[in-house]
Amino acid sequence: MGEVIEAGSWVQIYQVILPAGERAPQVPEDTKKVPLELKVKGFLKEDAELGDTVKIKTVTNRILEGELIKVNPPYEHKYGKMIPELLQVGPQIREILREEEV
Amino acid sequence: MAVNDYESVMSRKNEIMKKAVGIDYERFAQGKVGFDYERMMSEVGYKLDEIIKIQKETAVGQTPFIELKNISELARKLAPEGKGARIFLKDEAANPSGSYKARRASVSVYHAKKEGYPGVVAATSGNYGAAVASQAVMRNLESIIVQEVFDSRGVGQPEILEKGRKCEAYGSEVLQLSVGPELFYTFLRVLEDTGYFNASLYTPFGIAGVEPLGYEIVQELQERENRNPDAVIITHAGGGNLTGTARGLLKAGADDTKIVAASVDLSGLHMASDHDFNRKSFTTGHTGFGVPFATWPDRADVPRNAARALRYMDDYVTVKQGEVFYITEALAQIEGMERGPAGNTSLAAAFDLAQEMDEDQIIVVQETEYTGAGKHPMAQLNFAKENGIDVRNGNPDEEEAGKSVIIPEHPSQIKAREVDLEKLKSSYLRKVIEETNVKEINDIDLQFLADEIKKTKAETREILEKEFNLSVVGG
Repeated sequence: MGEVIEAGSWVQIYQVILPAGERAPQVPEDTKKVPLELKVKGFLKEDAELGDTVKIKTVTNRILEGELIKVNPPYEHKYGKMIPELLQVGPQIREILREEEV
Repeated sequence: MAVNDYESVMSRKNEIMKKAVGIDYERFAQGKVGFDYERMMSEVGYKLDEIIKIQKETAVGQTPFIELKNISELARKLAPEGKGARIFLKDEAANPSGSYKARRASVSVYHAKKEGYPGVVAATSGNYGAAVASQAVMRNLESIIVQEVFDSRGVGQPEILEKGRKCEAYGSEVLQLSVGPELFYTFLRVLEDTGYFNASLYTPFGIAGVEPLGYEIVQELQERENRNPDAVIITHAGGGNLTGTARGLLKAGADDTKIVAASVDLSGLHMASDHDFNRKSFTTGHTGFGVPFATWPDRADVPRNAARALRYMDDYVTVKQGEVFYITEALAQIEGMERGPAGNTSLAAAFDLAQEMDEDQIIVVQETEYTGAGKHPMAQLNFAKENGIDVRNGNPDEEEAGKSVIIPEHPSQIKAREVDLEKLKSSYLRKVIEETNVKEINDIDLQFLADEIKKTKAETREILEKEFNLSVVGG
């Protein structure tokens, strides 16, 4: 048994919009092999566990249904490590600007 | 009950769209191949002074106009004697949602409110989503943004993830989709389900909203330097930025200003490919949108696209991803302005073009965009490395989209590479002939096509007859 997620929690659900065999005719082969998927966030309507099919109320008050995949879904995009390939740019152009006219 | 499978929804497209934008495009039909573009723009859109008033209500526009003295000086140091134009920048990141897209959203959202729609929907993975969301809350409307975000591994493009976060920060419902053009299907279903307004990027509202940008540039430069810009360089994707800005420049009387389009070169990558999706470091302002939208504008989410870039473009150049990252770093390092990379596409091109222009000339870069986690050279280059892209210093000429990102070893390696505009114009004409299946056209059609590709009727007629064996009757 998983942990019960309470109604009213801020969650993310998942749906398959178009299965792999039903993609639009114009999509390239690699894309045809995979489904068209959707993720959307909202407030959970009733107590549930991860993986359950649930209903949510979105911020525009729409009721949507899908598989419960996350609670308090995080923003995980970031800056990350310093990029050494960019470090030379600042010093290099300041040096050019300092150079005397020839 | 409506049937909601792919084919059924797509077959209801025109009906859904008519309700959701409230424009009867049929009434602008004209001749066999075209429509009355100017009549559509003037009857549907708003006048320039009305737009300026609408935009003032929501703090859009009147952004800072800045001379980039150090970058101009750097270009001059690399240029031959007497060359090296002054580079000016319109700091569009100062708009409420952090990009010029606020201009584009402002009129649509105003119109939606006026017409009594309860909310707005936009299909966009770009800055436009945040712009619509921000303008919508200012006017007390709901908003839903439909984005293409992640690949089949569930991995999201950091730039788009950030744009989605920003939409949610403004209280928008964000539908995050995996890769594929069927985003449009989801979009149609949302429109049907909600009865919201389609805040399309490509209606006359969206394009007319950009006109004040061109207008402001001329006003500011007249005030400060008593002259018009010699060239305005515009990052080009769907064509709206270029079309709107160019129309604004013309309305301000800058008839001789050269309009230059610039895109990031992503040739070789397929825009609907699940595999290619996360192998690019730019999600907009690139050739994957720039070329197809120039050569066939009516591929958009409305029947007649108001963004028609070939009508205004004098030159089209491309730059490499690595060059844009270099200039983005330069803008921070010597101008003290940290801005998002995609918005600096035209700056990278301007840096090279300035070196070919005389030093008393002026080239204007007409936008910047906000930056942040995900939407930053560091985020994008780390992401590229994680996805197996070879990131290194070297000669950007050798960069291959989807395989490498090459940061120049020296600023003199930044190059604006000319796109053959004649070829694009021909492929536009080819597409028109294919789509309409015409065997001959009349004088009204010829005039339309000539306007579409910024040529005279005689020149257009010659191409049509020689290349496509199409005859023009009368005229």
